[in-house]
Parts: sequence; structure tokens; C-alpha cells
Amino acid sequence: MIEFTIWDILRNLLLATRWTIVLSLVSFLGGGIVGLVLLFLRISKRKWLRALAKYYIELFQGTPLLMQLFIAFFGLGLFGIDVPAWLAAGLALILWTAAFLGEIWRGCVEAIAKGQWEASASLGMGRLQQMRYVILPQAMRIAVPPTVGFSVQVIKGTALTSIIGFVELSKAGTVVTNATFQPFTVYGLVALIYFALCWPLSKSSQILERKLNVAHRNH
Amino acid sequence: MNYQFEFGWLCEYYPQIVKGIAITIQLIAVGAVAGIALGIVCAWVRALGPAWAKPIVAAYVELIRNTPFLIQLFFIFFGLPSLGPQLSELQAANLAMVVNLGAYSCEIIRAGIQATPKGQFEAGASLAMTPFETFRHVVLVPSLQRIWPALSSQVVIVMLGSAVVSQIAAEDLTFAANFIQSRTFRAFEAYIVSTAVYLVLAILLRYVLGMVGGLIFPRRAAR
Repeated sequence: MIEFTIWDILRNLLLATRWTIVLSLVSFLGGGIVGLVLLFLRISKRKWLRALAKYYIELFQGTPLLMQLFIAFFGLGLFGIDVPAWLAAGLALILWTAAFLGEIWRGCVEAIAKGQWEASASLGMGRLQQMRYVILPQAMRIAVPPTVGFSVQVIKGTALTSIIGFVELSKAGTVVTNATFQPFTVYGLVALIYFALCWPLSKSSQILERKLNVAHRNH
Repeated sequence: MNYQFEFGWLCEYYPQIVKGIAITIQLIAVGAVAGIALGIVCAWVRALGPAWAKPIVAAYVELIRNTPFLIQLFFIFFGLPSLGPQLSELQAANLAMVVNLGAYSCEIIRAGIQATPKGQFEAGASLAMTPFETFRHVVLVPSLQRIWPALSSQVVIVMLGSAVVSQIAAEDLTFAANFIQSRTFRAFEAYIVSTAVYLVLAILLRYVLGMVGGLIFPRRAAR
């Protein structure tokens, strides 16, 4: 039997961590773009557009991410596409991330005082101009801490893509365990790597939130 | 797309689905009750407890909140036996959910405790209550009431997260879906059905938690 040193295990896990990071970035950026579209739908003046976005968000927040991954994986196959795991993983995570970011950002936009809308309307601005020049610049400040906080959920969400066969940190953990028979060490290390990725984001989210609150109090 | 949808297997396999639903419900029931209890204890330690215990609880909370549930589950199911305790799939799944929800609810409940006006503690002390009695009889219930909506959302999130326990062969709803798709090759339909069931479960759970909240918390008196 081959002996595996801790370094052997760690090296393989760290190599796989690259894919966790890439998938997280893709999901977060893609989810951000779709989430922005959702945000605009959610605060649209048309009722059916608002309802559409609302049901989308309910659907994605009310079902397990794992099921969304399965459906993306097997559902895309129905269209005769040969679905690689990374495509299903990326698509499902983008749509899932968008649902949460859209809802977080709606809360931030609604936190802006109504007078701001009225004032900008009285200056003859259109809806898009209001958003672009008045609402979003203010909402973005409030949105930063929860958005950074949610990025932690995205990183943790990528762990589920191992189940449909995307090789990232969790999958590598399973593979390495099967080779070394040291689940305690391997999963312990996997957990520590995830912690090293997520904890700085969690902490900065907290710090940002505190800073923002202080800034508010001085107004 | 020339794919024929086929739901005929539902007649034959619905007992599996029902059994899966029952296990998912059992998991979240145990997880919610024990998890919130653990959360209350941890929140008490973090907000009012002895100084030596605070960093331990803080480390537990940070560690759980910054690692994926899947890895926690694998660690408990595959990793812990090398230290001694041999857990069945269901025990491991239950334990993982309690540990997970315990950490999240600790943070939520702590926020509720810290939002308690200082006068409440002083009032308790002036009635000759010990700090623990003040916590138990004066502070706890209003604190929980304050954060009940957030706590309910977290319970729903944990319920949806429990889909992952099928990976250690705990026979929950997702396990049933996997089983059915491996038998019938109707993967898409099997997952659509179980996703719909999860959606219904999530809506029901939110409703039940709302009712529980209505039962345990006295109506807010006019201030």
C-alpha cells in the first residue's frame, strides 16, 4: 500500500480548490447580473413583471439547491445537449444566486426613503434615470455587507456540485478519502480550506456592516 | 425536444416517496427542536455566560457557519468513527442538522438577547432574581419572539439543506428520488416531483412555524 503524507493530501485538495474558487466567482458574477435584472423586475411598475420575479425568487428559495442542480443536469439533457457537469453546476448556481441577490438588493432599494423617489421624479427624471443617479448609488452602500455575506453562501453552495460530478474541493475530498482511508484527516482539512475561504468574507461583511452603521449614526 | 414525459411510475413508487417525506419531516423536527435548544444555550453563553466558555462557543459558531453542510455531514459520518462513536446514517444526519442549526440559531438568538432593554435585567435583579432566573423568566421569551421570523427562515433553509443527507444514504426524500430515477430512468420527472414536494414542505413548514410562534408567544401587549 502506498503511504500518503499530509502534504500529498493537502496538495491535491488545494489543486481542486482552484475549481471551487472559479465556480464561486462565475456563480457570483453571473448571479449578480441576473439578480440585477430580477431587481428591476421586482420593483417594476407593471404588476405581472413584479409577480414573475416574485415567483421566481419563491421557487428558487423554496426548493433545495441540490434539486436545482439535478434538474439542470438532467433537464438540459432533454434538449439533446450533452451536459457536462460544469455547465449544469454553473447554470444552477447562477440562477440560485440570482434569486437571493435579487431579494437582498430589493430590500436595500426599498430602504431608500420615499422622498428620494419623489424628489428625483419632480426633477423630471425617468425611472431608469432615478435608479441610475439617485437610488442605486445610495442603495449600493447598504447592499455591500449583505452581498459580501451572501458570497459565503455561494462558496458553500459550490460544495453541492460535487454530487453531480463536478470535481472541486468536496469531490476531491471524497476521492482522496477513498485513496487514503483517512476520512478524519481529509474532511478535516477540506473543512479548514473552506473555512479559510469563507471566514475572511464573513468577517469583512461584519466589519463593513459596523462601519456603515457608525456612518449612519453620524448623519 | 422530442421527449415524452412519463409519470406512470408514481403509482408504483409512491410508497418510497411517502417514506422519504416522513424521514425528511422527522429530520427537520428533531433538527429544529434540538437545534434551537442548543442555539439557546450557546446564545446564553455568548451573551451572558462565563467568560471562559465564550471563545469556545464563538469558535464552534464560526467554524460551522463558514463550512458547507455537506462537509460537516461527511466529517460526522465518515470521520468521527475513527475516534470511536459509530453512527447510523440517520443518527449522523440528525446530529449534523442539530449541530448546524445550533450554530446559526445561536447567532440569531444572541441578537435577540442583546436587543433586550437593560432595564429588563435591572428589573429582574431588583426582584432578587439571580442572573439565570432573570434570563429564564424575563429575557428569554421576548428575545425569541423578537427573532422568531429570522429563526423560522433559518429552519426552512436547514430543511432544504437536508436534501444532502441522501449522500450518506439516509433515506430521505432526495434518496427516494435517486432510487426511483435509478430504477425507472425517469430522472427529470423524479426530480421535478420531489422538488415540488420540497416546495410544498417549505411552505407548510413556514406556516407551522408561524402557528407555533403564535402559540408560545403572548400577544404583544399595547405599550
